Amino acid sequence: MRLRTALLSAAAGLVLAPMAFAAGHEGPRGRDGQVNIIYWQAPSILNPYLSSGTKDIEAASMVIEPLGRYNEVGELVPYLAAEIPTVDNGGVSEDLTTITWKIKPGITWSDGTPFTAADAVFTAEYCMHPEGGCAQAAKFDGVSNVEAIDDLTVKVTFAAPTPVPYGPFTGGQGPVIQKAQFAECLGANAPQCTDANFKPIGTGPFKVVDFRPNDVIQMEANENFRDEGKPAFATVTFKGGGDAAAAGRAVLETGEFDYAWNLQLAPDVLAGMAAAGKGTPISAFGTLVERIEMNMTSPSADLAEGERATLMHPHPFLSDLRVRKALSMAIDRELLVEIGYGQAGRPTCNLVPNPPNFASDNTDCLTQDVEGAKALLEEAGFTPGADGIRANADGLRLSLLYQSSTNAVRQDFQALIKQWWNDIGVEVELKNIDASVFFGGDPGSPDTFQKFYADVEMYANNFDGTDPQPYLAAYRCGMEPKPSTGWQGENINRYCDPAYDALLDELSAEANFEERGRIARQLNDMITKDSYVIVPLVDRGRVSAHANSLGGVVLNTWDSELWNVADWYRIK
Amino acid sequence: MTDTAQMPAPGKGGPKPFTVEQALKPPRNQWWDVWDQYKTHKGALVGMIVFLIIVGATLLGPFVWTIDPTFIDIRARNGSASWAHPLGTDQLGRDMLARMMAGGRVSIAVGLTAMLLSLVLGTLIGVMAGYFRRLDGLLMRLTDLFLALPLLPLLLVMVMFFREPLSRAYGPEMGIFILIVFAIGATSWMQTARIVRGDVLALKEREFVLAARSIGTPPRRMIIRHVLPNVMSPIMVSATLGIANAIITESALSFLGLGFPPDFPTWGRLLFDAVDYIRDYPARVIWPGVAISFVVLSVNYIGDGLRDALDPRIRGR
Amino acid sequence: MFTFTLRRLLMAIPTLLIISLVIFMLLELAPGDPLANQPLTIPPEVREKMRLALGLGEPIHIRYWKWLIQFFWIEPLNIFDGIFGTGFAEGEQRIVSWQFRSPVFDVIWQRIPQTLWVVGMAYVVGVLIAVPIGIISAYKQYSWFDQIGTFVSMIGFSVPTFFTGVLMIVIFSVELGWFPSIYDTTLVVNSWDTFMLQVRQMVMPVAVLALFNASQISRFMRASMLDNLNQDYVRTARAKGMRERTVVLVHVLRNSLIPVVTVIALGVPTIFGGAIITEQVFKVNGLGQLLITAIYANDLPMVQTLTFIFAVLIVVFNLIADVLYGLLDPRIRYD
Repeated sequence: MRLRTALLSAAAGLVLAPMAFAAGHEGPRGRDGQVNIIYWQAPSILNPYLSSGTKDIEAASMVIEPLGRYNEVGELVPYLAAEIPTVDNGGVSEDLTTITWKIKPGITWSDGTPFTAADAVFTAEYCMHPEGGCAQAAKFDGVSNVEAIDDLTVKVTFAAPTPVPYGPFTGGQGPVIQKAQFAECLGANAPQCTDANFKPIGTGPFKVVDFRPNDVIQMEANENFRDEGKPAFATVTFKGGGDAAAAGRAVLETGEFDYAWNLQLAPDVLAGMAAAGKGTPISAFGTLVERIEMNMTSPSADLAEGERATLMHPHPFLSDLRVRKALSMAIDRELLVEIGYGQAGRPTCNLVPNPPNFASDNTDCLTQDVEGAKALLEEAGFTPGADGIRANADGLRLSLLYQSSTNAVRQDFQALIKQWWNDIGVEVELKNIDASVFFGGDPGSPDTFQKFYADVEMYANNFDGTDPQPYLAAYRCGMEPKPSTGWQGENINRYCDPAYDALLDELSAEANFEERGRIARQLNDMITKDSYVIVPLVDRGRVSAHANSLGGVVLNTWDSELWNVADWYRIK
Repeated sequence: MTDTAQMPAPGKGGPKPFTVEQALKPPRNQWWDVWDQYKTHKGALVGMIVFLIIVGATLLGPFVWTIDPTFIDIRARNGSASWAHPLGTDQLGRDMLARMMAGGRVSIAVGLTAMLLSLVLGTLIGVMAGYFRRLDGLLMRLTDLFLALPLLPLLLVMVMFFREPLSRAYGPEMGIFILIVFAIGATSWMQTARIVRGDVLALKEREFVLAARSIGTPPRRMIIRHVLPNVMSPIMVSATLGIANAIITESALSFLGLGFPPDFPTWGRLLFDAVDYIRDYPARVIWPGVAISFVVLSVNYIGDGLRDALDPRIRGR
Repeated sequence: MFTFTLRRLLMAIPTLLIISLVIFMLLELAPGDPLANQPLTIPPEVREKMRLALGLGEPIHIRYWKWLIQFFWIEPLNIFDGIFGTGFAEGEQRIVSWQFRSPVFDVIWQRIPQTLWVVGMAYVVGVLIAVPIGIISAYKQYSWFDQIGTFVSMIGFSVPTFFTGVLMIVIFSVELGWFPSIYDTTLVVNSWDTFMLQVRQMVMPVAVLALFNASQISRFMRASMLDNLNQDYVRTARAKGMRERTVVLVHVLRNSLIPVVTVIALGVPTIFGGAIITEQVFKVNGLGQLLITAIYANDLPMVQTLTFIFAVLIVVFNLIADVLYGLLDPRIRYD
């Protein structure tokens, strides 16, 4: 039995196996003692279905696992599944409406009971319950039925053909939870199950010993873990709280911790810390793009509440393509990266910078062109006034309110971009808003990014997994935040182009991978280089740091950073 | 000047024999007496000079040093002290000297006005509560309420309601200035009120107050003539602590995005931004830190001197 | 005095009710959203469902009423159950945090030890340093001791803790390696070694906070002593031939303590409010960090409960301060 499991997992986990063996660090489970991880945002719960904060998902990923996970290059690899179902191997039906997962035999929960298809079915039931308020409900979008064919086979049926059926049970957001433990926690009872939410029983390499919300988690190796000799560490302390600088210091300068997550620090600060020689910063790129969004509607405070920033009033000058393009041309993206992100960023002109199949080759915006921007504004009829600010013949001044969330790097960006825009004759007023208000959807607050009571705003966004379709679909006509929807909506710019919508429909019906890439790239170009509604600035990577004595770390931006924590070991 | 408090020291500050000429001279304005006493306090004099120098530098400095504090010279970033930039430059290449001067203007203005507002509020409420028994319960419960309110949501609400109307009425910068001063003043008067009330309660039972009351002194004059001068010292201490508190609170506010626009320098903000760079560019932390400390120290000494000068018992000697 | 205390205690109930209502309304008005820290990738409909699951769909007065019942009836019952092992509160809905989906009181209990250790200790140390410094500075006004005391306390007050904390970490953790920069809340003190570990990790946060507290209290102590040293009764006492010690440490000190007692008593609730910045810098993760993260996450039940506990403490300690006035100065009468 054990031999077969080992063989199967070796065959299935081809991506992982060479790495683990090549490193040549084998031995009994728990041989390397203690490992310390610090996240400057502290985990508040270990159930990703009740909170999709990155910190919570990543902490939980050490304990509970999905059937398949994305590796560091964005490919789906089997974890609890024997293989990834595809049309070719018959796992996905020809009509693209069902996907059938085969579970690896012999897997047990950390309490020793066997892991079966019933657990996966229960997980789907748990998240799809109408009263549960499941944070990952989008993963189960379009799912009409989940059933267990036998103990080791799960079949997911979709209501319509789904070209990318890998939503349920994949990635850090889709782990399988134990039916026995959560059976009483369905729907409205979900929050009552504190014990289950804080100490989920899992199949992962570690199990929770003590969980203190927003403070610290203590874990120990799961003696029932499927891989012999893993994990190398017997105990884990997972500390949370503080700020990125302190976390970086604890790994890179004092050596108190082994791994620090997401070090959003100015490049020179990070370099200074790394110079102490105790640890190494590592970086990888995903789909997170820092961008400036242009408001296509007028945010003027003179408009009545309910009409402000709605389609009723187009923006006085940002609705002119030439103005938007000139604003983009005045920006030096290389310099922004150098100042704000260093090795954790690269300039981009694309909304979808990754994975390669979906990334457009558009690089027009990378060279700053101040003169060209000025000429373009002249052409649009805006000439400099006595104070250097451009205005057109009707006396309309190019004066912008530029808002963003509070964050040291963003404020530096705001100051720099303000200066460039001043250079081309645009007046800029800056405003920063506390992130909990800016990103909170409170319809009562005037300062949310959805309400967009400003001319331009800057923030970062990304998409889950490797398929950009839902992300691009946000810019459909009518999806804009507006009073009638309580200012909910994802089309922040209030962009509307029937041609774009038609192309979106084409994408959602296309199953061919290459063809999907072509359409997605075209959609990306329509909202970036053709219309300059979205002005991408920086493709932001993730920078984390590990102690020099910690081996086996592979930074992954497509899934939890701690995806391969079972392979971590101490370099002796 | 040791032990002036206990024994009348002979010399400049000491008592002079009372002569006939003095009695015949027209009565001197009492503020001259205050000034005379103030001058004898060395610390207070130095404090005042330092304070005036700092205020003068921040007000007049920009006329001499004309670099725009928000001008970004990206090639000169993280510069150390040089002739072009005597205090160096920050991470975007903005001139630190210009930023220190611009920031000082705002910080001192916010510090002084917010402190004054909270002092006036605190003293008023404290004296009222301590002096009029009927108001005591109500006012002290109000104080309890304010002490208990969570500061951050309170500020968020204030900013949400008042930022736009104020910006529209007084322009963006002045509007935010008023908002910040008001926010800090309105949330920091409670301690002063409690302390003043405690002192007034004790004072009210003292013989001279009883005496004044027995000759029918109306409450208003009682408070101004007899009570207020005797609660000066806790008020002065609150004033010094209040300035530091206001300057630091302002930095916390702008960090949260509730204060001035992000490119608008203030001392607290400069200090906050520089903490990350503490190892590589310590000067950037030191300058604003030293400036805040100097202002607070000098105000403290001015307060000390003022208290002595205003105290008739000390002045008479 | 007794009737006064009793009357004040009774009056505290309506006061606290009003305070709780005001806090509730304020939190309701404040902009923000419990889902603000969830990633932007969550579609709006899912967000709306999550919001409803938190109970945000119910009207505000019902939520307030529920909270009141939970706070004043169900939670005390739970404490009772916890002590006597009974089951009165079984099945009752407790106050549940939106971030953790767990009862807020469980988390608060978890946080109290480190807060009391660090912030409480810093307060005690601060007071113990401040009172003698204040007395000596006033008695020897303008001596070198006084000048240095003034200078240090002004620096201590005007340099914010986010700066002193980081400075101490850079010097003592990074350069010298004497103390850990991150506080370990799971440390159990059960031997000499663990006790020493606990002391080592407490040194820096306590020092930073104590400096801040001491500088404030010593200023009030000094000012108050100065006021009293000039009073007629001091002269009388000296004239009577009392020992200088008695005059200063009994008569003057007792009278000077009145305003200082207010400051000290008012400061005690702030211990429970935690030291937000210092806790953040040293990762102590006490009540202050709990409150600030709850505010950022817009976790209304948690913020409401914490601030209300805070309000109760403030009302109680104000009462204690008032009673102490009467004891320190027999002339003050409340009835």
